[in-house]
Amino acid sequence: MGVSAPARAGPAPGVLVGSLRDFVTWARTGSLWTFTVGLGCCAGELAHAQHGPTDLERFGMVARSSPRHADVMIVAGALSNKMAPTLRRLYDQMAEPRWVIAMGSCAGGGGLYHCSYAVVRGIDRIVPVDVHVPGCPPTAEALAHGILTLATRIRRVDRLGR
Amino acid sequence: MSDDSLNELGDHIAWSPVRADVITAEVCGGALMLTVQAAAIARVLTLLRDDPRCLFEMLVDLTAVDRPARNRRFAVVYHLLSVRVGQRVRVVLEVDEETPVPTVTGVFSSAGWYEREVWDMFGIVFADHPDLRRLLTEPGFDGHPLRRDFPLSGFVEVRYDGESRAVVHEPITLAQQLRTFEVDSPWAGPAGGGG
Repeated sequence: MGVSAPARAGPAPGVLVGSLRDFVTWARTGSLWTFTVGLGCCAGELAHAQHGPTDLERFGMVARSSPRHADVMIVAGALSNKMAPTLRRLYDQMAEPRWVIAMGSCAGGGGLYHCSYAVVRGIDRIVPVDVHVPGCPPTAEALAHGILTLATRIRRVDRLGR
Repeated sequence: MSDDSLNELGDHIAWSPVRADVITAEVCGGALMLTVQAAAIARVLTLLRDDPRCLFEMLVDLTAVDRPARNRRFAVVYHLLSVRVGQRVRVVLEVDEETPVPTVTGVFSSAGWYEREVWDMFGIVFADHPDLRRLLTEPGFDGHPLRRDFPLSGFVEVRYDGESRAVVHEPITLAQQLRTFEVDSPWAGPAGGGG
């Protein structure tokens, strides 16, 4: 963060001075509201991540049931061909800036169902993915790590006017 | 349910008005199995539903089996349950790829989705079905997955097309083919097939 206490000759006490870009990035990474798309058993591990030791809410992550409220879409599980247009529509309903986490082998590349006739070989064929969390299923800690990786990525890469 | 009462039921059907439509009747796996003429399936099921001795009022399942080596490769199977009598009956008919099977939606309205599923998975056409669309696979899908000659990966795959802003179907291209690990023992080593 480039936010620092003002110099002695600056504004009155209690006022922080920093770039707008840093404040916006701070707000974004501190309130990543999630829209969870539970398509398989990974959703169980996703639920674990939201409670208990990992407790995603302490990172400001609130699970929302509407994509219009959310910043991050977490796709957990195998995406079937029939579900693909629906997933794309949900993604299109999210407001910018938006990010996608592909959780598990199936979302990442089809996983066990890679050669199946009914499953999309990776959700990046349908929506752009920011972070892949590998595992079958990934543990709750792995998902938390992926989310913090996304926050780091937002800090480093994403800027205003993305 | 003892085999005696099922044999009794078989005798009853052997003297019923549909006896000419029933090819064989045998007790098999705790149920009476009737092999019938395909064209007469609605007539047979109507009798099984309405006859006071039968009262098979519930269509539990409707499915099919693909046996490509046979002359008529498909067997369509109807599982019926009589809640009042406590008996089960399995009605089987054999059919080839081209011949449509008469729909039984007029006898059991629950057959509608079953027949859609069988059409989707096996490609068996049900004549006079009110709404014969695919049930499980998506619109645009090619082929019938539960046929023995259907390749595991299918013929098409989906991708989001940025220009048309839609999910489109394309002919399949696999970077890696399906690998089979056929080893009897995990300790067999490379000679056993790569274990």
